Amino acid sequence: MASGEEDGTVEEKETNNKKRTKGTIATAWLTFYNIAMTAGWLVLAVAMVRYYLQKGTHKGLYRNIAKTLKFFQTFALLEVGHCAIGIVRTSVIVTGVQVCSRIFMVWFVTNSIRQIQNEESVILFVVVWTITEITRYSFYTFNLLNHLPYFIKWARYNMFIVMYPLGVIGELLTIHASLPYVRRSGMYSLRLPNKYNVSFDYYYFLIIVMLSYIPLFPQLYFHMLRQRRRVLHGEIVVEKDE
Amino acid sequence: LDLIVGSVVAAPGPPTPAKRKPTKKTKKAVVFFEVEILDAKTKDKLCFLDKVGKVLPSFSLHWYPARQSIRLDPKGKSLKDEDVLQHLPVGTTATFYFRDLGAQISWVTVFLTEYAGPLLIYLMFYFRVPFIYAPKYDFTTSKHWVVHLACMCHSFHYVKRLLETLFVHRFSHGTMPLRNIFKNCTYYWGFAAWMAYYINHPLYTPPIYGEQQIRLALTVFLFCQIGNFSIHIALRNLRPPGSKTRKIPYPTKNPFTWIFLLVSCPNYTYELGSWLGFTLMTQCLPVAFFTLVGFIQMTVWAKGKHRSYLKEFRDYPTLRSPILPFIL
Repeated sequence: MASGEEDGTVEEKETNNKKRTKGTIATAWLTFYNIAMTAGWLVLAVAMVRYYLQKGTHKGLYRNIAKTLKFFQTFALLEVGHCAIGIVRTSVIVTGVQVCSRIFMVWFVTNSIRQIQNEESVILFVVVWTITEITRYSFYTFNLLNHLPYFIKWARYNMFIVMYPLGVIGELLTIHASLPYVRRSGMYSLRLPNKYNVSFDYYYFLIIVMLSYIPLFPQLYFHMLRQRRRVLHGEIVVEKDE
Repeated sequence: LDLIVGSVVAAPGPPTPAKRKPTKKTKKAVVFFEVEILDAKTKDKLCFLDKVGKVLPSFSLHWYPARQSIRLDPKGKSLKDEDVLQHLPVGTTATFYFRDLGAQISWVTVFLTEYAGPLLIYLMFYFRVPFIYAPKYDFTTSKHWVVHLACMCHSFHYVKRLLETLFVHRFSHGTMPLRNIFKNCTYYWGFAAWMAYYINHPLYTPPIYGEQQIRLALTVFLFCQIGNFSIHIALRNLRPPGSKTRKIPYPTKNPFTWIFLLVSCPNYTYELGSWLGFTLMTQCLPVAFFTLVGFIQMTVWAKGKHRSYLKEFRDYPTLRSPILPFIL
């Protein structure tokens, strides 16, 4: 992720030095973070390829990589923190929403509803996520090191055109596949009567989640398209959003 | 600066930037201003008027006055209706920047709509109008007396708000952006429906501690309703009719206003108290959630108001907190 470091106005040498040290620490940490995440998702990619080559089927693949996926995807919560403390110049809310939707898919859909773990749609979105994240984190890493190869920049701003819709399809199909099992088991649901006088139906909640893709996905997609137009047409842009 | 449709006050008299000369002179010199209005974003010249004396002809009927923002600097604050051209830091050629604020709607309209909704919606759930609960419950009434009490309290609260909007409040701004009415109504109407659904549900569970809990809750609720009303009256009395003056509010003879000693926006404090009372009375999680969200929003508003008091009045009492005494 682009370092939020900027040259402070020269007031006192002390504050300037403090800022510079803070900026250096931030850059060092972000570089480490992005390298680690790139490595993590690469490991995931390799594991998936190996499994498929060995077993020749995608059945059981999810269970095989589940721990690694959960670890690295959950670790991404740190990115919200990065925005909150200002070392990354992106909106906290935007990052928060994106990370939360990933966490939701991993923990509250795929992890908890075992019957859908062998669905093809799961493989679809996991593959898409892996490709996207490897591209994204290596982009940030190279950016921080000030040595961005053009092909990484190209990948980051072009692959989403196909990856985004594919990922959405994978996620929606997975949620849809989980619906009958959710309904039957009544999981994560609270019925009346109870002393809190509230009820929650996870089944209808999932349906609402699916419907919310309709307004949200186009916004994110067109935002990326606008970003792409600006970056690839040579204008200076501060990396603001994913 | 009701420039466009209306008259510009370009007061007659010689321009005196610093001192005001006593107006006993019989000779009346009329000062003319040249006024140009530019679009704040594109800097296009929208209108140029030379010899602006007393009355400015209107240049656009599309942008009615309420949605015009006229300012001295493109990124600066809007000028007010009461501003006098002669007293602004301009030469005899004044350049103003115009910004379209978008479609506007009056505060009174918004308040009446957003409060009428919850009043009626709650009653629909209370009377168990068809298609909400199972058909066998249509038009039945709850067997729990706290449910009837809750309906009375909720309805009283919104009737009070409607009456205050019509007869008590004196608004600083006439209008707000049109999209606010959709946002606000969704919030109020949505939460009202969500709360009312559970409180009036056939499977509603009354408070654990029974009558004690309900009685305490009712006391808190009524106390805070009276308090909230007292504050609204006190604030109204600060401001003479038709004016938009701002003064520091102080405690009056009414004991409910003594909280002004500790808090800048006690109307929000009492409002929080009322909803806490209602939460306790109904023991309903959606109500608690509504209280929490309202509290967060009111805290934001209170902090803003507190900050502007501090900015505007140098002698603002230092003991006061925005919304919660000593805490927040």
